[in-house]
Amino acid sequence: MKTPKTGFLASCLAFLRDPFRMFGVVSFVLLLLLTIAPAKDYFSQWHGYQRQYLRFISHRTDALTLQRHFHGGIQQIWIPQMSVVDRCQTCHVGLTETSLADVQQQPFRAHPRIPHKLTEFGCVICHRGQGAATTVGQAHHSEMAGEEPILPARYMESSCGQCHQGPLEGTPKLNQGRLMLARYGCVNCHSIVLPDGTKLQATDNPPPLTHIADKTTREWIYAWLKDPTSYSASATMPNFKLSDADASDISAFLIANSTPNPGDTMPMPAAAVHGPAPDPTAGASLYGESFCASCHATQNAAGNLVGGNLGPELTNVGTKVRPEWLTAWMRNPQHYDPSTLMPQYRWTDAQLKLITAFVQSKTNPDLLANVHLSPSTPAQIAHGKKLVIEYGCASCHQIRGIDKPDNFGPNLSRIGSKPVVQLVFLPGMERTLPAYLTQKISHPRSFGPSLHMPKYNFTPAQVEAVVTALLPLTDRSFELPLNLQRPAVQETHYEPTDKAGQLMTQLNCLSCHRINGRGGDMAPDLSWEGSSVQRPWLDAFLKNPNTLRPALIRRMPRFNLTDAERTILTDYILAVYQTPAFQRDELPLTGYSPDQVEKGRQLFYSKYACQSCHIVNPNQDKGYIGPTLTQVGSRLTAAWIYHYLKNPQALRPGTMEPNQHISDDDARSLTAFLMAQKSGASQAARK
Amino acid sequence: MKITPRNLDFHLRAARRTAAQLGILLAALSATLLSVGCMHRQSAAPALHAKATGSAIVIVSGDRQLGSPGSLLPQSLVLQVNDDQGNAVPGAVLQLAGPAGVTIRPAQALTDDNGQVTVRLTLGGISGLYPFTATSPDAHGKTVSLLIPEYAAGYQQQVGFQVNATYCSRCHDSNSTVEQVSNYDNLAVKPHAFTSGDIYNKLSHADLSNIIAHGGVAVNRSALMPAYGWTLSKPEIEAVISYIRLISDPPYRAPGLVYDKQ
Ligand code: HEC
Repeated sequence: MKTPKTGFLASCLAFLRDPFRMFGVVSFVLLLLLTIAPAKDYFSQWHGYQRQYLRFISHRTDALTLQRHFHGGIQQIWIPQMSVVDRCQTCHVGLTETSLADVQQQPFRAHPRIPHKLTEFGCVICHRGQGAATTVGQAHHSEMAGEEPILPARYMESSCGQCHQGPLEGTPKLNQGRLMLARYGCVNCHSIVLPDGTKLQATDNPPPLTHIADKTTREWIYAWLKDPTSYSASATMPNFKLSDADASDISAFLIANSTPNPGDTMPMPAAAVHGPAPDPTAGASLYGESFCASCHATQNAAGNLVGGNLGPELTNVGTKVRPEWLTAWMRNPQHYDPSTLMPQYRWTDAQLKLITAFVQSKTNPDLLANVHLSPSTPAQIAHGKKLVIEYGCASCHQIRGIDKPDNFGPNLSRIGSKPVVQLVFLPGMERTLPAYLTQKISHPRSFGPSLHMPKYNFTPAQVEAVVTALLPLTDRSFELPLNLQRPAVQETHYEPTDKAGQLMTQLNCLSCHRINGRGGDMAPDLSWEGSSVQRPWLDAFLKNPNTLRPALIRRMPRFNLTDAERTILTDYILAVYQTPAFQRDELPLTGYSPDQVEKGRQLFYSKYACQSCHIVNPNQDKGYIGPTLTQVGSRLTAAWIYHYLKNPQALRPGTMEPNQHISDDDARSLTAFLMAQKSGASQAARK
Repeated sequence: MKITPRNLDFHLRAARRTAAQLGILLAALSATLLSVGCMHRQSAAPALHAKATGSAIVIVSGDRQLGSPGSLLPQSLVLQVNDDQGNAVPGAVLQLAGPAGVTIRPAQALTDDNGQVTVRLTLGGISGLYPFTATSPDAHGKTVSLLIPEYAAGYQQQVGFQVNATYCSRCHDSNSTVEQVSNYDNLAVKPHAFTSGDIYNKLSHADLSNIIAHGGVAVNRSALMPAYGWTLSKPEIEAVISYIRLISDPPYRAPGLVYDKQ
C-alpha cells in the first residue's frame, strides 16, 4: 500500500540518487547551517545596540571622531587578578567619550569621571551584574545562585569600599555608614572582620551597668528601655520593643544586680551645702565657660538639638540621675566609668555645687509621671536576668554576673556577597540584597516578632548609609590581591607616659586631641605641639585657655590645674611632642632687623594677602577664619612659623591654609614680621 | 452590486476582509483605550479638590541639596503657597514634577494649616542637575509654578564639594552659620558665589584651573584669591571645577557638546 507521503519520499530519494544532485542539496543545507551563527550574531541584542549607536552618532557634529573611536564586536576586559570578565562596553559603547557626557539615551551615555580607568577597570567591580553576559537580561537582572543583579545607583559608593577600607573624599555616604556601624554599636553584636584581619571596633562607649542603682532609678530604666528616644531624641541605644512586663522585669533585675560602689555617690560638699542657694545664671555661665556643649547637646526652645555628640544629650538629665551620683561624677567621672571620655574638671566645691545644680535642673517631669512599678519580686528579677541574656544586653554593657556573649548576632564580614536565594523575603518585597538589608534595619521585627534585633531610630537616608557600608563586605574584598587592598589607617594604642601621662588620662585630653595617631578630632593634633609653641605661652594657655580663632564655637575648657601640674604638662609637651622635620630652636625668637620685618609686612599684606584670613592689626585687618596673629611672636617658635609657611600641610595635614609656594627668602621675611608681633608690644611696633 | 451565486464567493471574501480589518481596528482601539486607562490610573491619584488658591509658591527649605545619584535627599523639600499679600494659604493644591528617574513623595498634596507641603525627593541614577517644578492653580484658572534645582553629584563632584567645603566656601559663600562662619564680609574684594552661573559660565575650563592653581595675582585679579596649585592635586582642581559647573545657575553648558532636549 502506498500513501501519497511515502510516494513523495520515494520520489525525493529517486531525485537524490544522482550523486551531483545529492552533493548540491547537502552543500545547500551545510551552507544554511553555516549562516546560523552569523545570523544569530547579527540579530543579537548587542549588535542591535551597536547599530543603533552608529545611527545615533551619525547626526552629531562630532560624528567623525566618534566613528573613529568605535570598535565593533564584543569588547572584553579581563582582570585575572580579580577574576573579572567584563563585556559591558560591548553595549555601553560611548562610555569613555567625554562628549557624550550629557546624553540621556542609554546605553550610550559617557561614564562620569572617577579615579579609575574604565577601560582597565571594567564595570562589574563597581556595578555588579554578570560581566560575561551579552544580553541585558542576563547581565543586569540575574537572581541565580552565584550571580548577582546590578547594584542600584544609590548604593554605588559601597563598591569603592571593597578595596578602600578607609574614608574617601568622594564617598560621603559610605563614610557616614561606616561611622554609624561603629557609633551605634552594630559591631558589638555582629562582628565584622575586615580583609586585613582587623575587627571593626565600636565607638559608642556604652556605660557599665554594674553600679547602675547608684546612678539612676528603676523607673527611669523602665522608661528608657520602653523607648530610649522618649528620654533623648539623639539616643544611640536602639528600641528592643519590650512589653511592659518585660521592661519592668529587666529594670528590676538591673537594680537588684547592681552593687553599691563607695565613691560613686557623695553628698554635696559641706561648704557648698550651707552656702546660699546656687544662682541659676551663674550655673549656666559655668556650663558655658566649661564648654560642656562642645560634647553634650541640649534641646533648645525650638526643639533643635544644639551641641556636640561626644557625650550623651543632657536635655532631661535631671530626671535620670541621682543628685548624689551627679556630684560624685562631676568630681571624678572615671571613678564610675573608667573608660569615659569625660575629663576630670577639677572644679572647686563652690563650682561643683553650681554646675551640679544647673545640670540637675534639666528635667522633664512628664517622662516618669506615668511610670508606676510595683516592688520587684524574685521571680521578676529571675525573669529579668533571663531576658537580659536573651537580648544580649551584655554585648554592649558590662553587667555583673553575665559574660559578654561572643558573636551574639550573625557575623556580617561577608554580608555583601550573600546570595539572594539564601535570603527570606517578605511578600511584596523587592528581591535584592539591598532591599533585604534596608527592611532588616528599618523594620527588624517585620521578619518575625520573636527576633531579637532591636529597632534604631534611623531616617531613611541613614538606613541607606548603613546599607552602603554593609554592601562592600564581599567575598571579592577578601580575595583581593594584597597590592589592591587599601586598608584603613588604624587607631594606634598610644598612651602618654609618666606623671604627665596620668594627668592627661585624668583630663582625657585624647577625647578631643589627637596625639601620635590616637584620639579625637575636635581639637588640634598635638603630636608636634612641642615644636610649635613657646613655653610661657603654653603655661599661660593651660592656666586660662583663650581662643585663637574667634570663629570657633568649640574651645578648650579650663581645668583648674595647679602650678605644679601645669609645669609637668608643659615640660612633657615641649620635650616629647616634637616633629622630626626640624629643631624647635633652629631660628631665633627675637632680633630680626627692621628691614626684614618691613619686607615681611609688605609680603603679608600685598603679595600673599594673609589679612584675608588672619588679623595682625585689629584696627585694620578683618579676616578671622585663621588664628588671630596679634601676639603670634610670643606664641609660636620661629622655626615652626618658617616651616609652616613653606608647607602647611606637611605639619598640619588637612589644614585649610593654602601652600603658597613661598620662597625661602619670603618665608624668612614673613617669619621676621610675625615674630615681631609680641604680646604687650605697642601698637606702633605692631605696624 | 447584486449578489448572485456566481459572485457570492467574492462578496464573502470581501466581507471577511472587512470583518478582519474591523477586528484589527477594534483590537487596536481597545488596546489604546486600555493603555490610556492604565496610564490614567497610574498617573492620577484621586484628584485633590483645592479648598483655596494662592498666587505664589515659595521654598521654605530643602532646595539646592547635593545628593548621590539615585539616593534620597537628606532633607525634605518644604514648599509654601502664598496669596497676594504674602500670607500662607492652607488647603491649596500643590503638584510636583521632575525629570525622568526621580521619585516624589507625595507628588500632589494639599497645603497644611501653615500653607506648607513637605516632600521627600529621590534623585535619578545619573549625576547632574535635577530641576523639579512645583505648580499650583491660582484663582484665575491659570497655574503658578516654581523651579526647584537639586543636584546629584557623582564621585568627582563629591570630591569637589569636599574641596570647596575645606578650602573655598569660607570666602566664596557669604552664608554664615555657627559651624561654618563665613569670611566673605571681611574681604576687601568680594568673590562670587560658585552658583553665579553668569560669571563662571563665561570662564573656560582653562581660565578656572588657571585662577585656582595660580591665584588671583597670576590673572591680574586680587591677591585675596590664593593660589591652590601647591595645595590641591590636579584631580582635586578638576573636581572642584566639576562641582562649580554642577551647581551653576543658570546651568553650565559646555561648548561643543550636543545637548538632549529635555
Ligand atoms: C581667602 C579667601 C578666598 C579663598 C579661600 C578662595 N577664594 Fe577664590 N576668590 C577670592 C576672591 C577675593 C576672588 C575675587 C578676585 C577678584 O575678583 O579680583 C576670588 C575669585 C575666584 C575665582 C574667579 C571668579 C570670581 O569669583 O571672580 C575663582 C574661579 C575662584 N576664586 C575659585 C576658588 C576656589 C576653587 C577656591 C578653593 C580651592 C577659592 N577660590 C578659595 C577669595 C578666595
